[in-house]
Amino acid sequence: MQSNWITTKRKGYIGLMRGLMALSTALTCGIALFLIGYVLIKGLPSITWELLSTKPSYLAGTIGILPDILNTVYIIVATLLIVLPLGVGAAIYLTEYASSQRLVTVIEYAAETLSGIPSIIFGLVGMLIFANSFGSCLLAGALTLVIMNLPTVMRTAQESLKTVPQSYREGAFGLGAGKWRVVRTVVLPGCVDGVITGCILSAGRILGESAALLFTAGFAHVLNGFLSGLGSPGATLTVALYLYTKEPGPGGAQASFAIAAILMALTLTINFAAVLVGRIFKKRRAL
Amino acid sequence: MGKHQRFIENLIHGIFLFLGLVTVGCVLLITVYLILSGIPAIRQIGLLDFLLGDTWESTAKEPSFGILPFILTSIYGTAGAILFGVPVGFFTAVYLAKLAPPKVKAVVESAVSLLAGIPSVVYGLVGMLVLVPGIRQLFHVPDGASLLAAIIVLAIMILPSIIKVSVTALEAVPQEYEDASLALGATPIETYFRVSAPAAKSGIAAAVVLGVGRAIGEAMAVMMVSGNVPNMPSLFQSVRFLTTAVASEMAYSSGLQRQALFSIALVLYLFVLLLNAALNFFLKRKKEG
Repeated sequence: MQSNWITTKRKGYIGLMRGLMALSTALTCGIALFLIGYVLIKGLPSITWELLSTKPSYLAGTIGILPDILNTVYIIVATLLIVLPLGVGAAIYLTEYASSQRLVTVIEYAAETLSGIPSIIFGLVGMLIFANSFGSCLLAGALTLVIMNLPTVMRTAQESLKTVPQSYREGAFGLGAGKWRVVRTVVLPGCVDGVITGCILSAGRILGESAALLFTAGFAHVLNGFLSGLGSPGATLTVALYLYTKEPGPGGAQASFAIAAILMALTLTINFAAVLVGRIFKKRRAL
Repeated sequence: MGKHQRFIENLIHGIFLFLGLVTVGCVLLITVYLILSGIPAIRQIGLLDFLLGDTWESTAKEPSFGILPFILTSIYGTAGAILFGVPVGFFTAVYLAKLAPPKVKAVVESAVSLLAGIPSVVYGLVGMLVLVPGIRQLFHVPDGASLLAAIIVLAIMILPSIIKVSVTALEAVPQEYEDASLALGATPIETYFRVSAPAAKSGIAAAVVLGVGRAIGEAMAVMMVSGNVPNMPSLFQSVRFLTTAVASEMAYSSGLQRQALFSIALVLYLFVLLLNAALNFFLKRKKEG
């Protein structure tokens, strides 16, 4: 019916746009599929129990990534432990306490600036501030990542604080509660979902980070406990991947693909967790 | 309210104020540190020689520190990534925001978030082993580690930010605009591209600026595929970006060379601040428009 009054020129335009959209979407999905497939196919066969459970040995000529896995866990835990109070506190200040609109604008602008800074610059400044004062170690890396992830945690916490209904606060105030009591008993429980989402997003970002850690956390592959690990240099999985690509021989390439496959699987898991958590909280909120 | 309680309330207010100001403090700290450590080398080398010098020989007996090749490489590399990435991202975004059935949309969106989550070293690794040999064979050049390889990797890496922000912008276009266009006899596709897209142009511009920011700041992936030789940029030559210049020499640098690396970081930082200002400009216009 339409074809009677749509000119050929318009039909051509519509067809062209349809084609371009199909092509672009297919390309985007194709690249994602190719990356997953390629990395998993190349990497999964090299993942052995020995690789996962040992540290590298130059004498035996074997590569093990247990220290790198532990370092990654340590650095994620340490970063989150520090960034959560900072980020959530800042969000609480912005939504509950701040009375000056100008100060809010300044803080939000600072957070925006911070989230736009490339990770290599964080690495450099982290090296100047932390690594130069107490040596490159996981703690220096974690502190650098704290600055990097502060805006993410702050923003997600802020978003969920905004969804706590104003009437809850007014109710609590009306019952005679002080501000701190209202924040502690009414507002904070309301932002748990934001905090969890922020944690997941930050964990994903920390997992993938390498440039900021190269000069702050060092690149040793030594087995450590949590506290002694924080005080000594160590490579995370991503840094180890980078180091192994520079290693000559097939062992290095195998190890880097094994790590890449692990990282890919973890990224998929984290994405899935983020979607899942979002869905659960949405449902709970709707009730 | 008792005196004691008021004291506690004030104290807690103070603590939260402090936590709020930590972010501002971090930005100031970074800025001050970069300026303080970046200025000395620029002073010693001379601003014009530093920015416009076309040779970088930091370890030579008579070293020369010209970062024009890095600046141009970063600009060309980013421009190239935008050239490839923005059209693909834009058309995907229009499809996702306007046409895709919910199930398809969910699948494509998870593919996009996966692309966003892949660590940059993994991009670098795949680029190093697939793209670099591919370019070498396809174009018959001696080494595939080149500006072109970096551009392709960057274009893929900026896709997720462009798609996500553009989808949000396109979805925010008021339904009435589209209804009016449809009522005037335009087909849905014409409406999306001639009405919805122009209406969302501030948001799409913000997406592009965000992509530029990601591309210009990427270090590891680019370092693994671009060959890392301080040449003037050319598509099939090994090149070095502002980010990779810092990353590749930092480990063994000393003296003036090290200071010059800090100056490069300062230049990069200024680029990023400019981009941030541009981003804010577009977002503000979106709010007002």
